Amino acid sequence: MANLIEVRWHGRGGQGAKTAAMLLAEAAIEEGKHGQAFPEYGPERTGAPVRGYTRISDEQIRIHSAIQNPNVVIVLDQTLLDTIDVTEGTTSESVLIFNTSLTKDQIRKKLKNSDRKIYILNANQIAQEEIGRPIPNTVMLGALMKATGLMQMDTLLNGLTKKFKHKFSQQVIDKNIKAVKRAYEEVESE
Amino acid sequence: MSKIMGLSGNEAVAHAMRQINPDVAAVYPITPQTELMHQFAEFHSDGLVDTELVLVESEHSAMSATVGAAAAGARAMTATSANGLALMWEIVYIASSLRLPIVMPVVNRALSGPINIHCDHSDTMGARDSGWIQIFSENGQEAYDNAVMAVKISENKTILLPTMVTLDGFILSHTLERVEILEDNEVKKFIGEYHPETSLLDVDKPSTYGALDLQDYYFEHKRQQFEAMGNVLPVIEQVSKEYGKLSGRDYGLIEKYRVDDAERVIILMGSSVGTAKDTVDDLRNAGEKVGLIKIRVYRPFPYNALREALKHVKALAVLDRAISFGTFGGPVFTDVRAMLFGNGVSLPMMNYIYGLGGRDIDKAQIRLAFDSLKDVVKTGKVKKEVNFLGLRD
Repeated sequence: MANLIEVRWHGRGGQGAKTAAMLLAEAAIEEGKHGQAFPEYGPERTGAPVRGYTRISDEQIRIHSAIQNPNVVIVLDQTLLDTIDVTEGTTSESVLIFNTSLTKDQIRKKLKNSDRKIYILNANQIAQEEIGRPIPNTVMLGALMKATGLMQMDTLLNGLTKKFKHKFSQQVIDKNIKAVKRAYEEVESE
Repeated sequence: MSKIMGLSGNEAVAHAMRQINPDVAAVYPITPQTELMHQFAEFHSDGLVDTELVLVESEHSAMSATVGAAAAGARAMTATSANGLALMWEIVYIASSLRLPIVMPVVNRALSGPINIHCDHSDTMGARDSGWIQIFSENGQEAYDNAVMAVKISENKTILLPTMVTLDGFILSHTLERVEILEDNEVKKFIGEYHPETSLLDVDKPSTYGALDLQDYYFEHKRQQFEAMGNVLPVIEQVSKEYGKLSGRDYGLIEKYRVDDAERVIILMGSSVGTAKDTVDDLRNAGEKVGLIKIRVYRPFPYNALREALKHVKALAVLDRAISFGTFGGPVFTDVRAMLFGNGVSLPMMNYIYGLGGRDIDKAQIRLAFDSLKDVVKTGKVKKEVNFLGLRD
């Protein structure tokens, strides 16, 4: 499957890595693509390192093994860089996107494979300013769209609205949408 | 018109249950099944089903309540996993011997110990002689489709046996995928209303369920169960065809994937089949004559379909996601070999045990299984019958 995109999410329990992984797949399915998403189940504690995975393809996704060589890695928490090799399994083609207050050079120094293409965004700050809470997961979806062009922004925002409308008010949804749009504009690449 | 949704395997089966709208469902949580009944209970709270939800205190009670409801004439369902199925054990046999067409999704999970909540098939493998029909699912879509079809299969007048619809724990139950859901009224029409010929609550036509049945007739009743099981495969093929017309997805008993001119073939069940299909494609692109057979219906075992499919094959590997101690390999391997041997087919066979306790199975492991068959094709001999994939030495 040449058009298969595999995404790995790194976060800490409570940051919404699983929700974001699922939301991305749901939005892709909404757009008529095939999507698959699954969390990595370990001890589920607030603050513990967690991973989520998303596959997106134009064709049926039959594979059900773990994602070993992600095309895209999204890191929701910069403190993970001190303990986890987030570049594990990546190739020189892979893209890494960080929620961070650090600079690209500072990030690169912490990476085991420092030659990867990286994007940075202070998603915590955007989430704090727009949503009122430093929850970076949906914000990072905006950065992902900019970095990969994986799908239309409208599709993503429709998917987000659909997913959130059972849980949140329109006001909260609007704030999330604004945050995602800002992320799309503000993410920095090389 | 069907509807395309992003659903986890558990949610997909919960939607099937919503559309089946059983009269009674017994609910008890166990990982990784919990989310399935949680979702169904939400449908119940939202008033989307007419089901009498029975919140029980154990799986033994869940199966007992389901049996009681089914004997009373209700369309009854429950769902479980692993140790929950183990706790149901004595009632599992009673359900089939009372000829109650219960449908039970089982989210496959390893049996403890050591304690493990992840996927393998050891739970339902233990129930393979219990007189239940067992249908395995490759993905969320199949889990949904199988749940809907199972009602019609179980309730067929020539069968009246319970069915376990299995889906791999976490790998399917907690993985969100693209699933096509039929219209509610399409499912309603497909399964029809349930009118049992006898039931405890039919006071005009009194009947007895669960009577003492000693040396005089127990044996004859076991024979009847045996005969009923013998009626199942053609009915599944028929129901599958009807479902195919409705949904565009006609599954049959087994699925052959690039088998027709294959020299080396593997047999497997459940979520690893998709990964194996991708592996077959990779090897085919490299010019290798390989294929796979997915067993969908494991009980009753599809002897004829399998034998026919394997006729021209030169070397075979059976991949088991369960281990059987003190025998000649995993349960599927043992069944396949008995079937071939009994029919005078001499096909060199290897067995690979894989993925126990949720150990990931990837394309590299499956490729190893195919590679090891090269030597078997050349020599016609198997050096070691029972082997392991993805295991530390």
